[in-house]
Amino acid sequence: MEKKVIVKVEDVSIKFSLASEKFDGFKEYFIQRVKKKITYQDFWALQDVSFEVYKGETLGLIGVNGSGKSTMLKIIAGVMKPTCGSVKTSGVIAPLIELGAGFDFDLTAKENVFLNGTLLGYTREYLEEHYEEIVEFSELDQFMDVPVKNFSSGMFSRLAFAVATIGQPDILIVDEVLSVGDFHFQQKCEARINRMKENGATILFVSHNMEQVRNLCSRIVWLEHGRVRSIGDADELCREYQEAE
Amino acid sequence: MSVYIQNFVKFKPFLKELVSRDVKVKYRRSILGVLWTLLNPLLMMTVLSIVFSNLFKFDIENFPLYLLCGQVIFNFFNDATTNAMSAIIGSASLIKKVYVPKYVFVMSRVCSSLINLMASCAALFLIMIGMRAELHWTMLLSVVPLFLLVVLALGIGLILATIAVKYRDVLHLYSVLMAVLMYLTPVIYPMSILPEWLYHLVMINPLTSILIMFRDVVIYGRLPGLMMFLVTAAEAVLCLGVGCWVFYKHQDGFIFDL
Repeated sequence: MEKKVIVKVEDVSIKFSLASEKFDGFKEYFIQRVKKKITYQDFWALQDVSFEVYKGETLGLIGVNGSGKSTMLKIIAGVMKPTCGSVKTSGVIAPLIELGAGFDFDLTAKENVFLNGTLLGYTREYLEEHYEEIVEFSELDQFMDVPVKNFSSGMFSRLAFAVATIGQPDILIVDEVLSVGDFHFQQKCEARINRMKENGATILFVSHNMEQVRNLCSRIVWLEHGRVRSIGDADELCREYQEAE
Repeated sequence: MSVYIQNFVKFKPFLKELVSRDVKVKYRRSILGVLWTLLNPLLMMTVLSIVFSNLFKFDIENFPLYLLCGQVIFNFFNDATTNAMSAIIGSASLIKKVYVPKYVFVMSRVCSSLINLMASCAALFLIMIGMRAELHWTMLLSVVPLFLLVVLALGIGLILATIAVKYRDVLHLYSVLMAVLMYLTPVIYPMSILPEWLYHLVMINPLTSILIMFRDVVIYGRLPGLMMFLVTAAEAVLCLGVGCWVFYKHQDGFIFDL
């Protein structure tokens, strides 16, 4: 069977300019400019990264802290633009990068469902249709009219996960979010991701939990210092990675 | 181009939610709630019109109305641009994590101010009835200068939001600039008191011509000159064009400065 490429990452590099002196305003900028104190140090968070993700597969990104995993996911999600290279994606992307980023703490849980849902690109009608499902999944039916600022962090993540995973995205980006909530809820999350996978969603997965990576992923991209160290079969690379540590 | 339109359609519900959040959060926990949007300008205007029809008297017919019109226009511009300026900085946590077209945040701030503007206009209308001022049919045309005003404010807002990401100084500098601009707009004084050199300076300000058009249709019941309309419209559109261009040029770099 011909595999369809759904995400194509080509020679992606991204540069961060780290100013040696941090400045926030005109005055400091001019003073330091005159003194010639500003020197920029270039830092390449990713260099010449290329890989392809096929439709329906689950790809894991592994690597130590600072190896560029999250940056890579942010580029795929469209949050950042690469300095050079290109990323082509097709279909609807659901990013589970940081849960609850769009929540307003003064609004009630119900209002936040709509705020956050529309942020992810769903229409209001669609959200109203799936509202019951969200409430049920997050197990928060008594608390939907409470402002989110009174929520515990567990309740917060449950609501955020429930909103972010309604519908059937083509590409699901999961960054370390499966560590939310208690054991019972984690299982529910995993079940939901598996269901999406069965329905044909492509999943990009980042985690430091090798157990989870091995369970969910079929292929792995191993990043080191912003470069691809190797790409290959999940079991094999997981073993190699753990040995390298 | 069609990609941009598609993207806008996709995020229009989000824009709506942002605006309704702004309105809701502002009056949360108050008994009268959203009613304050109307009540606030109405009370303010009542006080002003009582003060200015009894205490201070200028040589302008119906001075309280003259002043209120000026305030409605100027306050909207001030409010919309000041809010738009911090739109990107204020949404940093979102911009860093999720993909959203960034102009949506600037637009949402301008739209929230627009809702206040509409409430102010309603309050102005009520005051006019209360004062038994003559109501002209031309009043319906007030949407034209108001529309130009919104276009202008959006353009300036986009520019300010872009600058503010890099240089936070504008956040503080801008309130001083607005004080200067307020005296360069005939909000409280009639144009006739200006010496010639200042008159020209005040006329350059696009807010002046918008305000003159607004007063023409609301208070005096006459149509503004076509020339004035065309020039102002050109200024507003140019401003929005420059705003979009500046914003578009720099938006990919925002994430590094937030």
